[in-house]
Order: sequence, then structure tokens, then C-alpha cells
Amino acid sequence: MLQVDGLTKAFGGFVAVNQVSFAVAPAEILGLIGPNGSGKSTIFNLVSGTLSPTAGSIRFEGQEIAGRPASEIVHRGLARTFQIPRPFRKLPILENVAVAAYFGRNGRIDRGTAVERARAALALVGLPGDPDARTDGLGAAGLKKLELARALATQPRLLLADESLGGLDHGEMQQAAEMLRRVRGEMGITIVWVEHIMGVLMKVVDRVMVLHHGETVAEGLPADVVRDPRVIEVYLGRGHAGA
Amino acid sequence: MKAGWPLLGAALLLPPFLPISDYTLHIIILVLLWAFVYTSWTIMGRFGLVSLGHGAFLGLGTYVTALLWNHYGLTPWAGIPLGVVVAVAVALVIGYPCSRLKVVGHYFALVTLALTEVVRLSIVAWRDVTGGSLGMTPNAVPPESIVALQFTKFTWYWVALGVWALGLVVWHRVDRSMTRSAMDAIADDETAAAAVGINVTLQKLLVTTVSAALTAFGGALIGQYQMYINPDTMAGVGVSLQIVFAAISGGMYVILGPTVGAILTIVLQEFLRVLFGTRCIGAAATIYGIMLIVFIIFMPAGICGVIVARMRKRRAVAAAAPAAG
Ligand SMILES: Nc1ncnc2c1ncn2[C@@H]1O[C@H](COP(=O)(O)OP(=O)(O)OP(=O)(O)O)[C@@H](O)[C@H]1O
Ligand SMILES: [Mg+2]
Repeated sequence: MLQVDGLTKAFGGFVAVNQVSFAVAPAEILGLIGPNGSGKSTIFNLVSGTLSPTAGSIRFEGQEIAGRPASEIVHRGLARTFQIPRPFRKLPILENVAVAAYFGRNGRIDRGTAVERARAALALVGLPGDPDARTDGLGAAGLKKLELARALATQPRLLLADESLGGLDHGEMQQAAEMLRRVRGEMGITIVWVEHIMGVLMKVVDRVMVLHHGETVAEGLPADVVRDPRVIEVYLGRGHAGA
Repeated sequence: MKAGWPLLGAALLLPPFLPISDYTLHIIILVLLWAFVYTSWTIMGRFGLVSLGHGAFLGLGTYVTALLWNHYGLTPWAGIPLGVVVAVAVALVIGYPCSRLKVVGHYFALVTLALTEVVRLSIVAWRDVTGGSLGMTPNAVPPESIVALQFTKFTWYWVALGVWALGLVVWHRVDRSMTRSAMDAIADDETAAAAVGINVTLQKLLVTTVSAALTAFGGALIGQYQMYINPDTMAGVGVSLQIVFAAISGGMYVILGPTVGAILTIVLQEFLRVLFGTRCIGAAATIYGIMLIVFIIFMPAGICGVIVARMRKRRAVAAAAPAAG
């Protein structure tokens, strides 16, 4: 479904993502983990068209999308959330999602249908309350749900979820994990999920890829990856490897 | 308020039949035509695309029409569409790179400011054809000529009223469209807007095209009505500032805001003309500049914005009162 080869991004002289390759199969949930600054969000920015890669190829459903405009990539069925929520503060909550429903399908649906889909997406992520309220009243958990509702409203086949559940309480984290499981299970949407809190992530994903300094360190089943000495080294420091 | 619209519509049919002076009718026609131009500006200005370049579109619309008429005898019925096409082409040539290079805010204002001066200076420099800074007069024919688009004030009133109403209809349609939501999203966060599938450049160019086209159309009609055009009053920074001032002071987010801005600027202009005569031609631009700053600081929503907010508040209080009592 998604095939990434030799993906590289340099910011000036600093290489944030270096020769990363991976593939995502249909209806899979791939976990993407790694310490702060390892390049996870940058990979999402590259795949979603927010940034252009320095080198490498990104194929989505067989088509090359590297360097294509972000809006075009959404129209092809690939949506993303932002780690730090970026709500449209001028628009009410429902309209935030309705623009995504409408323009995510490139205006091929009418406004009424877009609003209907927006309501459905808000219900799915569990964002109750007044849909005509502004986004200012939403807390951290609410803004994360709004991000997810907006991405889902574009009706993607592949979702890049830059979640970072940090800041949420235990119950909210379980809810978020449960929701991603449902998105895949009930809607058949393939997911790449970035998350720091590994306990939650490992229970949901089919496969994990570990990044460090912009390079792939390990890849495989969650149970194998957590025992991989290279991964332990990345997370706990040199002295612990092989201990 | 709902009942107010038919009432307003009926009242607008009256002026030509009232025993008012030719001068008063003239002022009303000017208000309607300029209100159309100001309304056209807000179609992009309300989304943070603060253009100081609308003098350029106004000038292109009016000069293309008048020049084709005077030099080639081409009817304004063809001249105006051509003027509109030229204005839109210029708008796209400036707008496309601005959008791709993310020129926004102050930089966008500066780029468009340069554009309006380029158009004004070109008109001045091309003296042999345009009459330069002395301005030009479209070749007159006996009035009530449909071909030449030259009428008596009585007829002009209906033309101006129709065009003004057209401006309101377009404003309303944009206000209710998904493009409005898209433009609000873009004004907030272009990256996030693109990430939900909004083609940022396309949406910006869409409102820019509509705004520039209507402004050029308005400019051409004002030239036809006044039968005199001048690079300082129809192009350049002076008139651009006047447009921005009128739109902001009246209120860009309310349908009748630019019309209120037109009443304000035209009355102010006439007042200054009577007070100073032609000695202080530059006074108006200075006063616009100062008042623009005052409005931006103290009343950014404009006169109509404040009125609408007050009415909403009163209605909310009225709705809450019986429940409390
Ligand atoms: N636009 C940019 N310009 C310059 N450097 C950048 C830019 N975006 C990211 N970086 C740098 O690239 C590196 C990788 O950043 P990235 O945001 O991808 O990390 P991450 O894995 O998502 O980290 P976190 O877990 O903290 O979210 C960091 O060192 C960051 O400072
Ligand atoms: Mg990140």
C-alpha cells in the first residue's frame, strides 16, 4: 500500500532522515517509535507532502507521490494528523471537520454531505459538546480528537497518526488506542502510528519500526523488537546493551 | 431584521422620483458605485489578503475601456470585458507567485502597493495616449446611448443600483460557500489547510480573480458615469488606501459594511472639497491614512461589525430574560 525507499531529508547540513526504507501492507497498523528528534514527524511530513524529500521515493498504491502537493496526496487517500494540534481557530468545531470532508474529497461532494460526514467523524472520535463552539474551549485531549476527526473526515485509506499521547491521563490513552483499533477494524483504514508511550502502542500495532538519528535501527514484531539489543541500547544507553 | 430587507429594497426604488437635487442624486449614484468597488475588495480582504493593489484593477478597468472607445471606437460593452480580462490577468500574474512563495501579511500589502503604483505611473508616462496626469474624457455622444454606455443621471441611478445589488449577491454567495471556510482555514494555518486537502493557491486565486474582476468592472462604470478619469483618482496608492479605509471602517465581515464605508468616504470627500476647495487635493489621502489607523486600533470590525455585535448581544439578553423571570 505504501512503499518508501531511501527516503532522505536534510535541513541545511543536518540530516534528519537518512536512507529510510519501509513498506506498509493494506489494513496493517505499523508502529513508528524512536527517541525525541529521531525523525518520526519528519517522515510523516515527507510522506504527506508537507515537506519535500531531499532524496528517495515514496509510492502510494503504486504511484510516486514524493514531492507532490499535500492537498493532492490527501485527494489520493492519504491523511495525517499533526503531533501538535493545528486547529482552524477561526472556524467552529464542526466546520473544522466539514472543510476536511469537503476538500479532502476535492469538492466532489456537496456541503450537506460534508457536514453529515463531519458529524459522523466527531461522533466516532468521541468529541461531544456543541459542534458550533469555537476550538478555543477544547483541552489537550479534545484537540487531539479534533485532529483525528479531521483526518478521518477526508476518508483516507492510509492514516498517519502522530499521536503523542503525552499529556493525556490513563483512561484517555486507552480510549485513543481503542479508537485506532476500531478505525482499522471497522473502517479498514491502514495506519502508521507514531507514539512515545510504548506500553499502549505495543498492544495495538502489528509491526514496529524503530528510528534513531534518522536511521532505521530495527523492524519487526513488537515482542521481538523490545528484546532487540540495538533497541535497548537506543532507549537505555550503551551500557545496558547485552545486559 | 428579516423584515428590514424588503423595506430597504422598496426605499431604494424611490430616489429618482423624489424631489431631490441633481447633486444629491449624483452623490447617491457615487455611493452605490463605490460601494460596489469596496464590496469587491472585501471578497479577498476579509480573508487577510489585504491588497493595496486594487487601485491597479480599478485603473486597468477604467482606462482599457475608455482608451478602446476613444482610439478605436470600441463600445464599452466589449471594452469593459476586455478591461476585466486584463485586470484578472495582472491579478493572476501577481497572485500566483505570491501564493507559491507564501508572500502574506505585510509583504503581500507591499507587493500589491508596488503594483498599484506601477499602473498609475504607466498611465502617467504613456501621456500621448492616456493624457497623462491631466486625465482623459471619453468621447461624448448625446446621452442615453446604450452603445456608448452614456446615460442621464436618472438612468445611471438604476445601473448603479443594479450593480451594487450584484456586488451584494456575490458577497453573499462567497460568504455561504465552502471557499469561505477554506479561506478562513488558510488564513489560520496554510500547512494544516493543505493537509486536509485544500488547494491553497487555487482558493486564493479564486477569490483574487472574483475580487479583481468586480473591481475592474466597477472602475470602468465609474469612468463612464463621471466621463472623466485621472490616474491619481482611479489608480495608485491614494485610491487603494481609500478602498481599504472604506472597507475596514464600514466593516468587512458584514454584507452592508462596505456600503456604510462608501457613505462615510463619499460624504467625507465632498465635505473636504467644500471646505478646502481644490487647494488640498492631498488632504483626503492623509485623513484616510490617519482614520484607517484609528479604526484598526479601536474598531477593527468596523461600524457595521460593532452594530451587529450589539444587536446579537441585545437579542441574547432578550432571549434569556423571560427564562430568568
Ligand atoms: N523544519 C525543520 N527545520 C530544521 N530542522 C528540523 C525541522 N523539522 C525537524 N527538524 C529537526 O529534525 C530532527 C527530527 O525531528 P522530528 O520532529 O522528525 O523528530 P521526532 O522523531 O518526531 O521527535 P519527537 O518524538 O520529539 O516528536 C530534529 O532534530 C528536529 O530539530
Ligand atoms: Mg514528532
